[in-house]
Amino acid sequence: MIDIDHLTLERDGRVILDDISLRLPRGGITAIIGPNGAGKSTLLHCLAGLLAPRSGRVRVLGRDIHHIPARERARLLALLTQSPGTVPRLSVRDLVAFGRWPHHRGRPGPTDHALVAQALERFALTPLAARDVETLSGGQKQRAFVAMAYAQSTPWMLLDEPLSALDPKYIRDIMDRLRDLAPPRHGLTEAPAASRSVLLVLHDLQIAWRYADWFVCLKDGKLLAHGPRDTTVTADLLSALYDTPLRLERVSDSSVILPA
Amino acid sequence: MAERRLIWLAGGLALAIALFLLWNLRAPMGFILSLRAEKLAALVLVGAATGVATVIFQTIAANRLLTPGIVGFDALFVFLQTALLVALGSAGFAALPTLPTFVLETLCLIGAAMALFGLLLRKGAEDIIRMILTGVILGVLLRGLASFAQRLLDPSEFAVLQQASIASFNAVPRDQLAIAALTLSAALGVAWRLAPGFDVAQLGRIKARSLGLDHDRLVLGGLALVAALVAVSTALVGPVTFLGLLAASLARAALPDSRHALLIPAAALIGATILVVGQTLFERVLGLQSALGMVVEFLGGLLFLVLVLRKPVP
Repeated sequence: MIDIDHLTLERDGRVILDDISLRLPRGGITAIIGPNGAGKSTLLHCLAGLLAPRSGRVRVLGRDIHHIPARERARLLALLTQSPGTVPRLSVRDLVAFGRWPHHRGRPGPTDHALVAQALERFALTPLAARDVETLSGGQKQRAFVAMAYAQSTPWMLLDEPLSALDPKYIRDIMDRLRDLAPPRHGLTEAPAASRSVLLVLHDLQIAWRYADWFVCLKDGKLLAHGPRDTTVTADLLSALYDTPLRLERVSDSSVILPA
Repeated sequence: MAERRLIWLAGGLALAIALFLLWNLRAPMGFILSLRAEKLAALVLVGAATGVATVIFQTIAANRLLTPGIVGFDALFVFLQTALLVALGSAGFAALPTLPTFVLETLCLIGAAMALFGLLLRKGAEDIIRMILTGVILGVLLRGLASFAQRLLDPSEFAVLQQASIASFNAVPRDQLAIAALTLSAALGVAWRLAPGFDVAQLGRIKARSLGLDHDRLVLGGLALVAALVAVSTALVGPVTFLGLLAASLARAALPDSRHALLIPAAALIGATILVVGQTLFERVLGLQSALGMVVEFLGGLLFLVLVLRKPVP
């Protein structure tokens, strides 16, 4: 469970997050959506304990995130930032192995090697393991970074726009793999301990609708709505969120979001 | 595979050392050998310290073109030397006892470098262009101040300063060598311990922090190491701006990956090899005594230009 209580964050005198309170149960995929500058990435960084709020707090498993030692925090939450940097001549295997750092601090053991191999396998990276990360295509590279977050073996994976600049094939590939890791949850019931909780910032509403079962909607640093997809996301909410008329159209067993 | 390359580099340095010590060895052998061994120690210490310092500095600055020298360390050294000379006069400067002066000079350089690099990295670690510009401008400011102070010196004081502030491997006091060797060994030990952290730090501050690394502490520790290493080498023989760039770039080219546990010893071995081979060539083959510093700077400067022109700053 992640609890956010009256979280307010300022940067250079400007309020980025304004009195946000919500509870995120474990399991499933949660999409953080909202227009540019809404504070989505900042919220993710706050959840990871990398930004200190002006007031309010984030609690993970009942503990204030800023009171959890950095190493232990990194064993609870894995953060994949927007356009993460790479290192020249870094192999895919070595990149994914960085995910084990919070567990071994530079002295990896057999368990770490086994989990890296498992992460490579799970994200279909085994044939690319020896390749230099910089030689991968955009989609393969992003998959390698998600595998690194997976190798961190944390209950929560926080992914900041992991699909940006990817073509539909890679978007679907990554989202299907995340869906496998974090099966759908229903309401506030806790997910099985082995499954992951994925929180991701998304701009593609169609993808968000298709994969996410929980939504957090931010606008101008304020929480506009949050909750399960089917009872939270409406055409009115989306129109208000993006300041443009949008409608939800039912197509077979799903919905598409279209301009009104 | 990478470990084997390290062994090759160590073998290369051992060969260079043997050549330096034994080539053209004539009677009285014992005396000549002891002279050569002292010079060799200075060359190895300075080469290794500069190589290691540059690798660590490039990692914490997240830039493979920067060296402590390029962001103004040599200027800081000349400025401190000048300030000391102006404060004490040439007689007072020359009368300073070697060991305490060396220790004090090293501590001054560590303190000043920590302040300078700490400021640069805190204010502009994410903005490389600003960091380079700030370093260059600080360098110009310090050179200007040193040059102004030099105008106040008489010619004999100026000659003393010139000797102290131009790289020279010919007359390094023995007690300075011992303390430099101790400092280098300690710094290498600490660098070895921090090596896995430096690997993670390469991913950038946010990613490293999200992996549980205390990035800010690592950067401060790295800066202290860089300052100690550069201070030791600069105080021993004077400023060498581009040697580190040469050693670090060759070390990265020689190894198949970027693990610091290998990169740090590789840069130390290559830095030492460059100086030992260079000095052997200049002293024994060409019969020149003091050209090495200048030639290394020329080659390093050329490499810097090639790296700048070849690809965007990573």
